[in-house]
Amino acid sequence: MKGNEAIAESAIRCGCRHYFGYPITPQTEIAAYMAKRMPKIGGTFLQAESEIAAINMVYGCASTGRRAMTSSSSPGISLKAEGISYLAGADLPALIVNVQRGGPGLGGIQPSQSDYFFMTRGPGHGDFHIIVLAPATVQEMADLTRLAFELADKYRMPAMLLADGTMGQMMEPVALPEEQIDPETIPVGKPWATRGTGLKREHNIVNSLYLKPDELEKTNIERFARYERLEKEECRWEEYLMDDAEICVVSVGITARVSKNAIVEARREGIKVGMIRPITLYPFPKAPFAKAAEKVRRFLTVELNMGQMNEDVKLAINCSRPVGMCNRVGGMIPSTDEVLAAIRKEAK
Amino acid sequence: MAIVFQKPKALTDVPLHYCPGCTHGIIHRLVAEAIDELGVEGRTIGIAPVGCSVMAYDYFRCDMIEASHGRAPAVATGVKRSLPDRIVFTYQGDGDLASIGLCETVSTACRGENVTIIFINNAIYGMTGGQMAPTSLVGQVTQTSPYGRDAATQGLPIRICELLASLEAPAFLERVAVNGVANVRKAKKAIFNAFKCQVEGKGFSLVEVVSTCPTNWGLTPQKACEWVNEKMIPFYPLGNYRNKM
Amino acid sequence: MTYETIMAGFGGQGLLFSGKVLAYAGLLEGKELTWLPSYGPEMRGGTCNCSVILSDEPVGSPIIAHPNILMVMNEPSLDRFEGTAQAGATVFVDSSLIPRKLKRTDVTPVYIPATQMAKEMDALALANMIILGAIVEKIRCVRPETMVDALKHTISARKANLLDLNLKAVEEGARFIREKGGEE
Repeated sequence: MKGNEAIAESAIRCGCRHYFGYPITPQTEIAAYMAKRMPKIGGTFLQAESEIAAINMVYGCASTGRRAMTSSSSPGISLKAEGISYLAGADLPALIVNVQRGGPGLGGIQPSQSDYFFMTRGPGHGDFHIIVLAPATVQEMADLTRLAFELADKYRMPAMLLADGTMGQMMEPVALPEEQIDPETIPVGKPWATRGTGLKREHNIVNSLYLKPDELEKTNIERFARYERLEKEECRWEEYLMDDAEICVVSVGITARVSKNAIVEARREGIKVGMIRPITLYPFPKAPFAKAAEKVRRFLTVELNMGQMNEDVKLAINCSRPVGMCNRVGGMIPSTDEVLAAIRKEAK
Repeated sequence: MAIVFQKPKALTDVPLHYCPGCTHGIIHRLVAEAIDELGVEGRTIGIAPVGCSVMAYDYFRCDMIEASHGRAPAVATGVKRSLPDRIVFTYQGDGDLASIGLCETVSTACRGENVTIIFINNAIYGMTGGQMAPTSLVGQVTQTSPYGRDAATQGLPIRICELLASLEAPAFLERVAVNGVANVRKAKKAIFNAFKCQVEGKGFSLVEVVSTCPTNWGLTPQKACEWVNEKMIPFYPLGNYRNKM
Repeated sequence: MTYETIMAGFGGQGLLFSGKVLAYAGLLEGKELTWLPSYGPEMRGGTCNCSVILSDEPVGSPIIAHPNILMVMNEPSLDRFEGTAQAGATVFVDSSLIPRKLKRTDVTPVYIPATQMAKEMDALALANMIILGAIVEKIRCVRPETMVDALKHTISARKANLLDLNLKAVEEGARFIREKGGEE
């Protein structure tokens, strides 16, 4: 199954019956899959007039308490930024998939991780975050789709699956959960949802407008208290050969896969190298880095951007160790040999 | 004592913030009366815009969602696709619907989405303090057309009902005004019909209400109503543009 | 054992499809695997390739730097990938489309006139399946009998009527290896 298809099928099994999207490479398989499946299971697939309309359809649908999603690729996510900010401001759960391609501008269509800052710092105006999950296997494309929906509902905030073009296009075996969540159970336990009062309660308002500054301040502080809880309880990462590591590679997505190969080679040469692969990019898993900084000599980020995650690693370890970088951009992916060379350099 | 006049049930008791002589209050009331008369308050969900009526969510007693600028029809689409048996309406001004949100407006109409749009056309941006709207008339003085709207550089105003009437999908399109008793009565009927059209599952309905903005037009409320007759209605002819009911 | 296969040629030659069939055969045999296409304008007639890794171990990177199986169906692809092949790799060349021989001497070439053979079968679009049949027969990266089920699963409902023809093409490729060996 293709990574993009794994996301789509997993979303359906999570009880998502509403997909709103707009075609853009390299994520179009998600829309195509939804277009095929949704009509057969009483769901909605709607090709919107624009990315902007699509995210606002998600906003409307999420307001009714349902699991709604959209997917796009980097330039399309720029257009969705407004809507993502409104989702965050109105405390609405929703899933946004970003299968990244190179930028800025129209950029290219080959894999990239250059939206890292844009996504992890809060993709839109205002002071907010969204949950950002970074899959590195097709299996994780499916598993993290589920986690994204669950965390979004639990913390009442938008969640993003941040993949790169390779992850979306590649096929691997994937085991999907047999369990199918009944979509009608999803709005249960969401008393804030606007589904009609039924004349049984006061009217609900889904809103992000607070003209009184003290009220707006309160909502911001409350939201950040939630983020704090999220940071404490929901960080996820994978450690690979870290027990005796002196060099710690840090990478996500496709470059984590390439790095694994390079680490195996380097170990053969006797270099003690391991890897921390963050799975949640927001919240960034600081704890394993703080722990690693006590024993590794150097860190090395391997990324498809000009060094964005590199900064988060430096922050996580308070710059207590050198943090090197091996990177390619514009749709290029570093080869195993390039990463191996960078590891050797760090080992010197 | 017999009650001879009262607020519609679908309005809350929150005092309206609108300027003296603004017709938003009347139109809110007409919308609420339609909801009351169709008995759908409990299953109605409204979408508020960005503009003067941004706080409409406080005034209607039904569930309300505040949309970003121009996106109310997309939000309405999301709600309606989630809950097809609910009555979903948007309430939008001319900047919101006919400028920044024109794409969403046309596309939602084109899909024949079974929602109702109440479009307030007062030929000006009210909330931001009186800038030129897509519906401002040629020669109209605003903050951003200080020498009067110049057709050569600022284009001509847009007629939404006529534009949407070129599409096949819409089920109900009507332009009304609220600058006098007779017009208010017609407006009430049109708004009722638009909602009824949705209740009956006929598809997309829109009522364009030619409205006033005494504050930013720099006119007294009474003069503003006269200006609607003299300037607005000749360019924006009242009447039905589509009726599949 | 890890089989790292690159299939390359023009868009429209069905390279992504033959890669999928091979990957699916691996799946049926319980192997670890990845399938990665080049994507983009290639789909509209440019050069196109896909990478399939079949392994007994979990697969790290799905990107193949040095294939040990290479299948090329046009000259630009041979030019591009010949140098990347591992020493000892097997290189399958559609000799009806590529006039030149390999430059390298440390790899095993298999020249198979697949497009010509496909024409004779009146199934021009199946040259890819002929070469795939040859690969499986020669390398045994999956069992030849697994190909039947793999094809059944991979072929779209719209083209289900072409299943038998596809199987015949695979068998043609296998027969070519059995009878001629392909090596020169």
